[in-house]
Amino acid sequence: MEKILLKNIENPNSADINEYKKIGGYRSIPKAFENKPQEITEIVKKAGLRGRGGAGFPVAMKWSFACADAKFPKYLLCNADEGEPGTFKDRLILEKNPHLLIEGMVISGYAIGAEYGYIYLRGEYPGAYHILNRAIAQAYENNLLGDNILGKGIKFQLAVHRGAGAYICGEETALIESLEGDKGQPRIKPPFPVNVGAFAKPTVINNVETLSNIPYIVEIGGGAYSKIGSPDCPGPKLYCVSGHVEKPGVYELPMGTLLRDIIYKHCGGIKEGKNLKAVCPGGITTPVLPADKIDCPMDFVNMPKHGSMLGSGAVIVMDETVCLVKVCHRALKFLEHESCGKCTPCREGTGWLRKILERIENGAGAEGDIELLLSVSGNMLGKTFCPLGDGAASVVQNFIKHFRNEFEEHIKRAKCVMRDA
Amino acid sequence: MLSKTAIKELEEIRQKYPNASAALLPALYIAQREFGYLGADAYEAVSDALGIPKAIARGVGTFYTMYKHKPMGRHIVQLCTNVSCMILGAEKLADFLKNKYGLEPGGTTPDKRFSLVIMECIGACGTAPAMLVNDDFYENLTEKYIGEILERYK
Repeated sequence: MEKILLKNIENPNSADINEYKKIGGYRSIPKAFENKPQEITEIVKKAGLRGRGGAGFPVAMKWSFACADAKFPKYLLCNADEGEPGTFKDRLILEKNPHLLIEGMVISGYAIGAEYGYIYLRGEYPGAYHILNRAIAQAYENNLLGDNILGKGIKFQLAVHRGAGAYICGEETALIESLEGDKGQPRIKPPFPVNVGAFAKPTVINNVETLSNIPYIVEIGGGAYSKIGSPDCPGPKLYCVSGHVEKPGVYELPMGTLLRDIIYKHCGGIKEGKNLKAVCPGGITTPVLPADKIDCPMDFVNMPKHGSMLGSGAVIVMDETVCLVKVCHRALKFLEHESCGKCTPCREGTGWLRKILERIENGAGAEGDIELLLSVSGNMLGKTFCPLGDGAASVVQNFIKHFRNEFEEHIKRAKCVMRDA
Repeated sequence: MLSKTAIKELEEIRQKYPNASAALLPALYIAQREFGYLGADAYEAVSDALGIPKAIARGVGTFYTMYKHKPMGRHIVQLCTNVSCMILGAEKLADFLKNKYGLEPGGTTPDKRFSLVIMECIGACGTAPAMLVNDDFYENLTEKYIGEILERYK
């Protein structure tokens, strides 16, 4: 497949506006401006683009909700708070292809009638912060951002807002709170951000990868784009593969590529000829899959049918030497740390789960601990304010579902059975 | 008090937002740079500059992990130990930092050269284990490589 999102990234100067223009960059903005804003949304609808942040929500639908709200100004936010462990795809776009994102944002802003945009960038990406600021300055100099873009009377002002280390700010309402200068704690929905978002105005929040698809969709048209990858959720997808594979990295492949092919065909299989044990296919909070369940098309529609989720497309591959109780414990340690503290089931539940997992891993697990884990996580599911708590509960339930034996062995033998092996 | 340069910088940033509250996160970064960490003086300076109550500024500042609330070493070693880094040996690297440099998570060396912060995923999972030293990414770490890297930071 031709590279769309990762085009030209081997060029060491790919983040420079002139290099971007040399390969045809910024040609989609004048083309988009020939259409009415509503027509751009129609093209994106025809393309079938779904949000790449994890939920897979149809982009055109989100846009039309914001358009239908009469309040002004409207805001376009780019979610660059890439925090799901295992995910490193957006960083590549931000550092190597920032103008693709800016071009996508100008067009998207035009489509929804937003005159202001912010890129909410996670604090842990200091390099991307400088690169983005430089790219934005270049875009202003080239009249591709500002009050009168390309002399067409279209306004779009763009700035980077730097986060400060909080996983929860990837949740869209927490992101808005953080943009507004508050603690990143999620808001109750409804009202949805498309009606009452940033600064109480209609707001569209899209992921970096989502917005970076827009210039190409405008270039080739919705119909042609919809023929790439899975019919139900088309387009290219960035899969980021980490852990025990021969060639980890970010792979741009058609949406719906088989998980098995990603691991064995594209990434060269398991490191040092070892056997595969488990995979978290879409980041650490997506349900873990055992080695014999990886013949699934990696897209938003098919993964739930195979017992997991596409999430951010962050494939974490674990070989036979990995202790899954330990991985589960590390995931919960992370989620306990990142729980914002707003709702009780998540704030307390993540801590309890972590403590129980810790004693099992350290050989101090008690009989009944597995049932206790299932009970605590069962009492969190569906009862937390935002998906963080659900994610934490689901991590525990799925590790136990597929690898209960390993948990039981830890408790029975009162030690980590993998450390032994 | 923030320096004149910092106040000017903050005024420019303020223009990017529809209200002063939204400039709080960038203001805290500026104050951290000026004061070294966010203590009472820093919060007072931010509060004065933006017209935001000190309690609000502190409440927000203490929510986020990248704002520091005690003096830090000259260089901040930020080692990721989340799952992708962990399964490729990040914990051994944390032990190495402890044994060779006396660096405990959250701690600072007596000569104030390094502080160690354990990070929750820094988006370098494909080149794990990884760390940031100040603003610089280092990937595919080994004990030997970390030793070489840290020699560059005096």
